[in-house]
Formats: sequence, C-alpha cells, structure tokens
Amino acid sequence: MQPVLDNIALFGRAGLDKVEAVGRSGMILINAIVARPDPVQSFPLLIRQLYSVGVLSMIIIIVSGLFIGMVLALQGYTILVDYGTEQAVGQMVALSLVRELAPVVAALLFAGRAGSALTAEIGLMKATEQLSSMEMIGVDPLRRIIAPRFWAGFISLPILTMIFSAVGVWGAMLVGVEWLGVYEGSFWANMQNSVDFFDDVVNGLIKAQVFGLVVTWVAVFQGYDALPTSEGISQATTKTVVYSSLAILGLDFIMTALMFGDF
Amino acid sequence: MELFDDIIIDIKQLTFSRGNRYIYKDVDIRIPRGKVTAIMGPSGTGKTTLLRLIGGQLKPDSGSILLDGDDIPCLGRSELFDVREKMGMLFQSGALFTDMSVFENVAFPIRVHTKLPEDMVRDVVLMKLQAVGLRGAAQLMPSELSGGMSRRVALARAIALAPALVMYDEPFAGQDPIAMGVLVNLIQKLNQALGHTSIIVSHDIKEALSIADYVYIIADAGVIAQGTPEELQKVDSEQVRQFMMGLPDGPVPFHFPAADITTELMEG
Repeated sequence: MQPVLDNIALFGRAGLDKVEAVGRSGMILINAIVARPDPVQSFPLLIRQLYSVGVLSMIIIIVSGLFIGMVLALQGYTILVDYGTEQAVGQMVALSLVRELAPVVAALLFAGRAGSALTAEIGLMKATEQLSSMEMIGVDPLRRIIAPRFWAGFISLPILTMIFSAVGVWGAMLVGVEWLGVYEGSFWANMQNSVDFFDDVVNGLIKAQVFGLVVTWVAVFQGYDALPTSEGISQATTKTVVYSSLAILGLDFIMTALMFGDF
Repeated sequence: MELFDDIIIDIKQLTFSRGNRYIYKDVDIRIPRGKVTAIMGPSGTGKTTLLRLIGGQLKPDSGSILLDGDDIPCLGRSELFDVREKMGMLFQSGALFTDMSVFENVAFPIRVHTKLPEDMVRDVVLMKLQAVGLRGAAQLMPSELSGGMSRRVALARAIALAPALVMYDEPFAGQDPIAMGVLVNLIQKLNQALGHTSIIVSHDIKEALSIADYVYIIADAGVIAQGTPEELQKVDSEQVRQFMMGLPDGPVPFHFPAADITTELMEG
C-alpha cells in the first residue's frame, strides 16, 4: 500500500510544482510589465534588445521566408496547372502565408533563435550571480533585465512576421512568374482580390502578437527560473524551445478556429 | 558591552529551513556599527545564506532581521530595493556584469541611483578604482581580469555609493597569497577610512581573525561560539577547537555517515 501512496504523493507534488511555476511566471510577467518605466534609462536598453532579439533574427526570417514562398509556389503550381488555374498561385501562396505559415513558422524560428538565446543569457547571468548582485545594488532585475527583453520580443515578432510574408510572396513571384511563366498580371490581381486586409492580414498579425507574448514570456521565465548550473541552463533552454513550439501550435489551432472557423 | 552600544543589525529568533533541514533555528546575532564582524564556520553551515537573509534575497521561516529599525523580511519589494541602497555586497565570484567594462561596472550603481553629471561620475569611479589599485584597468573587460582583480573591482563597485553596510562573501576563497594579502589590507583600510560596517563570511581563519573586531562561529543551525578573536582562542569547546585548528576529525566527522565498511564489502 505504501508504494502506491508514495507514488500518489509524488504525482501530487509534481502537479503542485507545475502550478507553482505557472504562478511564479505570472508574477514575473506582471512585475516586469507593471514596472514603472524610466524613459531615460529604459529606452536605450529596449533599443539594444530590439537589435539583438529582432534585427539579428532577420537573416533567418528572410532566408526561411524566401524558401517557403518558393516551395509553396512550386508545389501549388504543379497541382493548379492540372486544372488550368495556375494563375491562382499568387492567391494561394499569399493566403497560406499571411493566415498561417508566416505567423507560425516565424514564431517557431524566433523561439529557436531568439527565445533560446534569451533563456541562456538570463540563466547564465543568474548562475554567475549577476542578477543577485544587481538586486543587492538596489536595481530590480525584473525591470532592468527582464522587462526590456520581454518588450523587445513582443514588438519584434509581428514585424518579423510581416517581413516573412513579404519575402515569401516575393519568392513565390520569382518561381511562379519569372521561372514557371505564370502571367504576372493574374498573379498579382488574384492576390489583391482574395486577400482581405482585416480578415487575413490583421488576423495573421494578431496571431503573431500572441505568439510574441508567449514565446518571450516562456523564454525570460525559463532563464530567470533556471537552476544556476550548466545542466540547469541547458534544461531551461530546451524547455524554452519545446514549450514555446507546443504553445505556438496549440494556440494557432485555437485562434484559427476562432478567426476562420464557420460556427 | 561597549562594542554593542550601537548596533546596525539585530537578528532575533531567526529560523530558516530548506526542506526538512534547519539551516538556522532560533538564532540571535547582533552586528555592531562601524566594526568588522566575521561570520565563520565549516562549509555548508549557511554562512552565505545569512548574508542573503540580511540582503532580503531569502525570507526566513520566522524571526526578525532589523537593519536600522527596518525589519527586512517584512519589507515590500520596492522598500527592499530602497533599503539595499544602504548595502554593498562583494560576491564570491565577483559577479561583475560581463557586458560592461571595469569602469562601467563601478559607474553602474552611481548612474542608477544618482543624477550626478558625467564628469563627476568619472571622477568618483576613478577614485574608487584608485582605492583598490585598479585605475589602470578601467577600460578592461571583466573577462580580461584575474580572479583577485575581479574581486577588487567588485569591491570598488560595492563601495561606490558609500554604503553603511558592506557584506563580503568568502572574499579570500581561492586567492593566491599576494591577492589574499591585498584583499585583507583593502578591507581593513576601507573599513577604517570610510567608517562603514563590514560583515565578512569566511572560513579562512587566520585572515578573518586578523581584521575582525567580533566573530561568530556558526554550526549545527546556530551560533556555537562568539566573541573577540582573543576570546575565541580561549573557548573550551571541542567543536570550536576543531574548526579553529583545522583538525581533520572531531565532532565534525571525517567520514560521511555510512554502514560499517566490513559489512558493505562482504555484501558485494
């Protein structure tokens, strides 16, 4: 009987630990968001983080967007040409990108590139007592370290998503129009007629905004909550990528159902 | 007692535990103002934990920690950050900000907490670096410093705002004899020159006793001995003697608790 009770107790403790972690992450987010901003000191920190989180992620976003747009056009063309509707390739690529692929793939790439870097950086600052020393100097690390990183991720991802879509459409044009010979006028006109700014573009950007919040929240929390050892930081970095990716895919389904489902 | 006429920190009935293990149980510690107090004891007895409790980075299970009348565990987050402006702490690793130069590290607390013009910040930083003998290293990055130099820069940063209390966490650990001598000398001279209170957590007996005005020896979740360095030499306790003389076996056993070795070998 005792081993069974021990297992139940272990299971309960693990559950409580998870609930406690969610509570802690919420407190960190609230403290970071509601921290009284000091424009003179906060703005340069935000600009620096926008550079390292956003600008440095652009290469991977641009290259991935280009190839995904090219592949979509190629695949779409081979199917549509059988029905004589290859002019719709622009419409197909644009809708796929702005509604789904750009927010989701950009967020997944962002989690892998910027999210993991944020976690590792904050975790290492914790392991080397830099966060503790900042606290003892009388500076709140949530305000100085976490808040600018959080806002930088929140602001960057929607912009990166727009870049991803734009480059993807350009890649599709290169393959569809320049290489496979789809008539350019039809390519752009079909796209213009079918893509609605509010229903498609804005909804895509709302998704990107939600993903930006979730990925950056997970990343900064995992770094701040990491065990201050090399193994702890490695686990935290892995958790950032895994949890963010699962959250992105799960939330994408929910938001797609709410935005585009016919209920 | 004269030493305790003016107290900066008054710890009463402090209890702190990790899991089922008591780190401190009903401990009373008083730190005299303007003096050097050493907190000593074997590794793992919670000396650094005591500094983190005083700094408000950990909360005790019960008891009070009064710093000039402010009960640290009862303070809110923003009040705690205000109180910490009165404290400076030297971490064992130095804990310098690795993305800033030596100059910027020392300037950091000044820039954050004061509105001094840039030329005055520069003068203060250079004076603090001069005090620790590293003015020439102002433009180096932390990765270019030796362990001893990192601690001296961290010391300059800890005293940048002339705090009332400076806490040193194992300042002599892992230092070569020259660096250790430099640090002992610096801590003593800065304490006398700036008049702040110093708390040194250490298990380097000779160095700590040479500069301490009062010493607490911590073990078994409490204070096992206290007094001036001279008084401690006369304490008639096997546990204190083992620690002070560095004996490998005694009340603190050499062997971690285990089953009888013959039985264990025969089982295999």
